[in-house]
Amino acid sequence: MGKKLLSDKKGKKIILMGNEAIVRGALESGIGFASTYPGTPSSEIGDTFSEVARDARIYFEYSTNEKVALEAAAGACFSGVRSMVSMKHFGINVAADSLMPLAFVGTNAGMVVVVADDPNCWSSAQSEQDTRYYARLGHIPMLEPSSPQECKEFVKIAFDLSEKFKIPVFIRLTTRVSHGRGIVKLGNIKKGKTKGFFKKDMKKFNNLPPHTMIMHEEVLQKIEKIRQISERTKLNFIINPRVKSKLGIVVSGVSYGYVMDAMDDLNIKMPVLKLSLTYPLPEKKIKNFIKKFKSVLVVEELEPILEENIHKLSKNVNPKLRIFGKDYLPKSGEYDEEIVISAIEKITGKRLKMSLEYHSRKYKELKIPKRPPVLCPGCPHRATFWAAKVGAGTNTIFGGDVGCYILGMLPPYNTQDFMFSMGASEGVVHGIKKSTYQKAIAFIGDSTFFHAGMPGLVNTVFNKSNPLIIVLDNRITAMTGHQPHPGVGWTGMKEMTKEIAIEDIAKACKVKYVEVVDPFNTKKMIKTIRQFIRKNEVSVIVAKRECRLLTIRKMRKDGVKIPRFEINQKKCKKCGLCLYHFGCPAIYQDGDKYMIDKNLCTGCGVCAQVCPSKAIRAIGIRKVEKK
Amino acid sequence: MKEFNMVVIGVGGQGILTMMRIIAEAALKQGYDVKTSELHGLAQRGGSVPCHIRFGKKMHSPLVMEGEAHLIIGLEPLEALRACYFGSRENRTTFLVNNYKIIPISVPILKEKYPPLNKIFENLKHFSSKVIVINASETVKKEIGSIIPTNIYMLGYAISLGLIPLKRGFVLKGIEEIIPEKYLDLNKRVFELGELRAHSIDQEKLQVWSSD
Repeated sequence: MGKKLLSDKKGKKIILMGNEAIVRGALESGIGFASTYPGTPSSEIGDTFSEVARDARIYFEYSTNEKVALEAAAGACFSGVRSMVSMKHFGINVAADSLMPLAFVGTNAGMVVVVADDPNCWSSAQSEQDTRYYARLGHIPMLEPSSPQECKEFVKIAFDLSEKFKIPVFIRLTTRVSHGRGIVKLGNIKKGKTKGFFKKDMKKFNNLPPHTMIMHEEVLQKIEKIRQISERTKLNFIINPRVKSKLGIVVSGVSYGYVMDAMDDLNIKMPVLKLSLTYPLPEKKIKNFIKKFKSVLVVEELEPILEENIHKLSKNVNPKLRIFGKDYLPKSGEYDEEIVISAIEKITGKRLKMSLEYHSRKYKELKIPKRPPVLCPGCPHRATFWAAKVGAGTNTIFGGDVGCYILGMLPPYNTQDFMFSMGASEGVVHGIKKSTYQKAIAFIGDSTFFHAGMPGLVNTVFNKSNPLIIVLDNRITAMTGHQPHPGVGWTGMKEMTKEIAIEDIAKACKVKYVEVVDPFNTKKMIKTIRQFIRKNEVSVIVAKRECRLLTIRKMRKDGVKIPRFEINQKKCKKCGLCLYHFGCPAIYQDGDKYMIDKNLCTGCGVCAQVCPSKAIRAIGIRKVEKK
Repeated sequence: MKEFNMVVIGVGGQGILTMMRIIAEAALKQGYDVKTSELHGLAQRGGSVPCHIRFGKKMHSPLVMEGEAHLIIGLEPLEALRACYFGSRENRTTFLVNNYKIIPISVPILKEKYPPLNKIFENLKHFSSKVIVINASETVKKEIGSIIPTNIYMLGYAISLGLIPLKRGFVLKGIEEIIPEKYLDLNKRVFELGELRAHSIDQEKLQVWSSD
């Protein structure tokens, strides 16, 4: 993709994912600095920057967390270099501490903050946060593209807006925009500044009262000026303006496509106001639109933000207006054409040829077994979880954190008793240790440890706590697609850098019991956990073993052979432990026999250590399958 | 043709995204507007991965609506069943299904039942007007020594049967664009194998059912 993305043929049409189109937009805007902390559905923005940064001669970094990423981008824009920071919805919560005052301080060169929400939680756990509230909370203008082409164009508009009004600008994506592909017509790549100059200006860059209140006034004035643009801009446009209809539709984001398709399938035409610059809202334009209808349908995923504003705006121009919104459309989950059609059907009485109700009922009757995600065959986390249960006992409290290892929550692992945010495992387990006499382990990933785990660790030492912290160090940020972190020795620019060892950090924080253990050595892992769980001060195990997907990829590339494992049916006592308790997806049951699927086995050999009958063994060497 | 809607579904790791990207490139080359949707992250760890592909004159949303798929390619039978939500008799959906079971973890752990294959194929009929079940993975494993390019085999099969309204030449160009050079020859060979098998009368087609 990298080469294609850097193609400089203006007018050429190529297929891009929404996230890739964001990067192309940045390149066409003369960006000089980009930063991120990986988080799906925004991850490919950073990955694409990482792929093209050197050839495009711009700077890109994976920062340690979203707050640092945002601050770095702010520093670049203060110095006159156009910057972009991207993150997922929860990333904004981490970055908010700096983002809120940044809106007061303002920018110098343009700065764009890209945030990807995840209605339906397709690629994230935690919550279904609607980040549009942050635009209102922080007085930060927001653009909401609905297609890859809009992604690219809106980035350019956002940079101009930011630079003109000296204010950071949000681009808000959702999963179906980020991970949707479509045709994008390219513009020219613009070579921007990568080095600028930070001009000292005590008044501009410091928000200290009473100056803060002046800044507040200034930001409010900026928003009112941008509202004028919002009124005039073609980004907020009306489809079918002259069609006579009692019902009008107001829509933003990806739902625009669903509305257009729904009208097509229902064979009706209605005026549709598509809002793309959604903060500040074009109040006059909305008033003009809604005044001629008996009713309007507001189609927006998650919170009723547009709906509430339309309620307010209708009071003067059309007090009798019936506003359909969250009473006809869900407040949680993502939308699709079906949902929009069912709302329009209910309001207008117009019916689709095919009965969706009957079709859905027929589908529900099928009762299809679920296919939950699982830890991959050969995942080192599975081995660590196994050792923890054996070494510390299943009555231990297992604190969870954010990464692939959240799958530890599912049976048969059952090694996650709670999970809610990056780094929370340590803080919560510390609180539990202080408040109970129970055993407790905090599981935290390597990238998560650098992101938000270090203050938690320091706190346990400082406040004389005694949990066991197990850092699941798989040498990469795995869940989001294998991005580097401070522990791996290379950067987003694909340059070598210093490798910061987690065990060194733990030792520097005066943790007395620190051990690095290979999770594939189950015996040693169990023994260490057994020792450390009894300590009366905090202890740290760094469970160090590379993500199996990476190892296999490297082995394939190098033509290295992987050992194959099989179950000796004569020795197997059919206890089922390997499948029902260890839970490797390469192991399956065929009648009363337990077997290993050789297409799935990655040769980690942990099952052979786990098997009480010693019935699993490596047989010869198989040649690695090549694609 | 106004629009063509298809869903490619399988288990994470079966090459679903690759197939989707090739089809999208081919559609662009044939002059269509294209929209696709895919899932990343949590959904991919051995979970179910449905991809939507829509092309035609002018496409708005990236998602195929319930019952509106013209073609559903299932790289795994249970996943094909999961995607029958997108198929219907009314829209004359065709299913092309790989007869290769991957048992989900919910079967041993949550004691759910993997339905018998004939029951799955029977159910697909209620949501389609044609069901074609093939031993794609088995053939590819036999011929190539690896099941990995099953996706490309099925693509060749579908193109050869005219299940996707895209010209062969554009699809091949799509393959050239998306598949890394190192694996290009192999994948082209597998594509041709799929094409060939689609027309040879042998045990390849496990089951073909048509409402006509």
